Amino acid sequence: MGYPHKSHPQETPVLSKHFGDPAARTLEGWKARGGYTALAQALTMAPTAIQDVVKASGLRGRGGAGFPTGLKWSFMKLDDGKPHYLCCNADESEPGTFKDREIMRWTPHALIEGVAIGAYAIGAETAYIYIRGEFSEPIRVMEAALAEARAAGVIGPNAMGSGKRIDIWVHKGAGAYICGEETALMNSIEGKRGNPRIKPPFPAVSGLFGQPTTINNVETLAAVPHILNNGAEWYKGMCLSSPKSTGSKLFSVCGNVARPGNYEVVLGFSFKDFLYDLCGGPPAGRKFKAIIPGGSSVPVITIEEAEQVRMDYEGFLEVGTMLGSGGVIIFDDAQSMPRQLARLARFYAHESCAQCTQCREGTAWMTRILERIVAGQGTFEDLDTIFDLAESMTGKTICVLSDSCAAPVVSGIKRFRGEFEALITGRRSSTVAVGV
Amino acid sequence: MSESKMVSLTIEGRAVSVPAGTTILEAAKAAGVLVPHYCYHPGLPVAGVCRMCLVEVEKLPKLAPSCATAVGDGQVVHVYSEKALEARKGVLELLLINHPLDCPICDQAGECELQDYTFQEGRADSRYREPKRFNPVEDFGGDVLYVTNRCILCTRCVRFMDDVHEAPVLCVSERGDRAVISKAADADLTQPWAANVIDLCPVGALVSKDFLNKARAWELDRTASVCPGCSQGCNTVLETRDNVVMRMKPRPNDAVNQFYLCDVGRLDYHWMNRPDRLESPKIRLADVLSPVDWEIALGQAAEALRGRRAYVVASPQLSNEALFLLKRLIGATGGEGAFRCATGPEAPLPGVDDLALRADRAPNARGAELLGFTRRDGDLLAGLKSGDVLVVVGDALDGVDLRRAADAAAVIVVGTVLPVGLPTPVAVLPIANVAEEEGTFTNLRGRVQRFLQAKAAPGLARPSWYALADLATAAGAPSDDCALPSRAFAALAAAEPAFSGMSYDALGLRGAVVAGAEVAR
Repeated sequence: MGYPHKSHPQETPVLSKHFGDPAARTLEGWKARGGYTALAQALTMAPTAIQDVVKASGLRGRGGAGFPTGLKWSFMKLDDGKPHYLCCNADESEPGTFKDREIMRWTPHALIEGVAIGAYAIGAETAYIYIRGEFSEPIRVMEAALAEARAAGVIGPNAMGSGKRIDIWVHKGAGAYICGEETALMNSIEGKRGNPRIKPPFPAVSGLFGQPTTINNVETLAAVPHILNNGAEWYKGMCLSSPKSTGSKLFSVCGNVARPGNYEVVLGFSFKDFLYDLCGGPPAGRKFKAIIPGGSSVPVITIEEAEQVRMDYEGFLEVGTMLGSGGVIIFDDAQSMPRQLARLARFYAHESCAQCTQCREGTAWMTRILERIVAGQGTFEDLDTIFDLAESMTGKTICVLSDSCAAPVVSGIKRFRGEFEALITGRRSSTVAVGV
Repeated sequence: MSESKMVSLTIEGRAVSVPAGTTILEAAKAAGVLVPHYCYHPGLPVAGVCRMCLVEVEKLPKLAPSCATAVGDGQVVHVYSEKALEARKGVLELLLINHPLDCPICDQAGECELQDYTFQEGRADSRYREPKRFNPVEDFGGDVLYVTNRCILCTRCVRFMDDVHEAPVLCVSERGDRAVISKAADADLTQPWAANVIDLCPVGALVSKDFLNKARAWELDRTASVCPGCSQGCNTVLETRDNVVMRMKPRPNDAVNQFYLCDVGRLDYHWMNRPDRLESPKIRLADVLSPVDWEIALGQAAEALRGRRAYVVASPQLSNEALFLLKRLIGATGGEGAFRCATGPEAPLPGVDDLALRADRAPNARGAELLGFTRRDGDLLAGLKSGDVLVVVGDALDGVDLRRAADAAAVIVVGTVLPVGLPTPVAVLPIANVAEEEGTFTNLRGRVQRFLQAKAAPGLARPSWYALADLATAAGAPSDDCALPSRAFAALAAAEPAFSGMSYDALGLRGAVVAGAEVAR
């Protein structure tokens, strides 16, 4: 974690090693900690060689989708004569996720270095770091670090004396969750309403300003310098289970837990150990009940399921949820799941961009039904309607916002149906656990 | 992607071959299958937001939005599979949860795509038990009223104003189910083509103030016509009820107006219903006009024309057939023909090539020129010689200096109204207006287009080709070959090189271009 607590011995601090160390924020301090050696090395390599190293490392996108990063970079046609763009997605707005914020707050140069390497590897001379507007401190830190890096010639028209041009700009979002969706993010940078675009064309063909574009998450790009410094084999070696899930990953932990915060562990770590050792277990006198392991968009699982799972892309899939962005939201036995899920649905209803019918109307309808159930006015038919509605909202829209609203709600009703039925039948004990 | 490359696929069991890059929705149209849709419109950029056009494509993991999915070779598309129907049923239910269901007082009822598709494949009931969202009606300015609650946010109007009109004054504001269409604070929808958003709106969210609460869609009779407002010749539909034109809407024709009609033309139909019309032939008796039979009036006119030159003032509102018969009359009397054309500022629709509200505010100035009439916008009677018979056809002569008319030996009026300020005519022949007869106009690019009769003419008024054929015959230019509008056109095509080879039937409802006309830009 590094900040505000010291790292736990079972953590593997790669990205979070310098969290809490103000000296690491400056260019000088970052160089003293081994910074910008990877960029210097990268600028002597062929872009495709960098892509190959990243491919070999097994690094997968840390924003939620888990797409192999090296493969994504290789979609960019390097000799097409068009301007290429790299967008760094720092619009970290997934409820429960706050890892990118810490990376930008404490190690801005790690991100700048990663962005510069990424830009060079895809043939881009311009990169944008799209930071959500609410992140005032990270924006300030990033701007200061970029100014420093520009002044020192680390980036700019002649990055590190290589003759290559790499410009990096911070673009400040205006507070829309949907702008974290990659095509909405590009619209937002272009000054348009942040509506997701239809794919195809995919960004690698026609993205920002209609040009080939790659979008990577902050954590993904921040990991790249470490891979170049230590080699693909080293990164691949950081693996406790599936060879498809390599490296270290930051997990943001929030909710009813003794020690909330960011924890960096190697993928494949035991979720049980993670919850009880690293995070200190539930608050005194409580028990864990349910967990959303990958940011609010993924299905909710019970603590019994969570205790069996290993923390990698495949492990979470096996119990019917996803690693997502690594935002672990924990509910203890004092929480009403219907209330929590209604609140979650309200968030999605508020943030829907209003393009697709299923999302615009469906998220709002689902919210109203859930809120009515919480208010004790629900019926059993309502639960069927929610399932039907969720079917309409899944896999039928431009982006996955409506899927993201349906997933936690449906999984929550399936796993905690007793709580919903209690509310419907008038037994007001809405905190009944599974099977009761 | 080469233009000529064809892709073959199967849609609902029908094999169809379309150019590569075509969308599944358009390919289905070609195969005779209409995929239900709201946001898609062939004249607008694809938005893919209503999700109504979802179809099942074999081997694709998810349902595909057919408006935004290009065809692939060998694809097998199911429009009416259970999965696709279920998905569209879901969309319809969601579109209706906040829709007011005020069809009984909605102008769109009867021609509403939300009604149609719900009837076709929607649920019979709604499971929605929550209160509906409410937003007040907003006046968008111009002819447009925005009934917010009916809006399904297909964004056709936004895309029309952005990409076709290039006057981006509409947008979607707010998010989630709070989203509404908004208008820029300092702009009204008074742009010259803005009212097209009313036609584009698939539901009753954007309605015409002019048509508001005037008629139900199913009471209207629809007649293919051509807008008489300017020389562009936009194809229209005249919608009538009980012999009254209630509304004029655009009729698609890619060669002329695509899907659009300007606001000036759209709203300029009320005169077609004017009640103070010439309803009976009249002759001058003791300097007073008295109603008589057609034969008597025609005889009187022929009498006046005998041995004299006819100076014909024709309106460019007249059909090619009427102008052709006037040409015969002029030929028989050795006279000449003139016309004037009202003008106004030109107003192009930027997103469509060669489409504008034209400066010449009459439908057939080009036809009049082709048939030898001289344009005299300055002094309409400049060619009138002493002793001529002044024959005024269709022009009410408003604002014309009529002092020269006193030089005429006699005046004959053929028209819908009696011009003010003329010496008392020897004969007055009442004719039909554009909504009451059929014929053809020639637009400024030389396209000859047919318009059909939408309502009956008042009293004893006759179609212009009928009245003028009789007048020409009476004046010594036998016109028995013009006993039907189609025959009048055939006679015209036989006599006039510009029209040669054309036939009334072949013109159809799309028209054809006269010989030697410059190809449209």
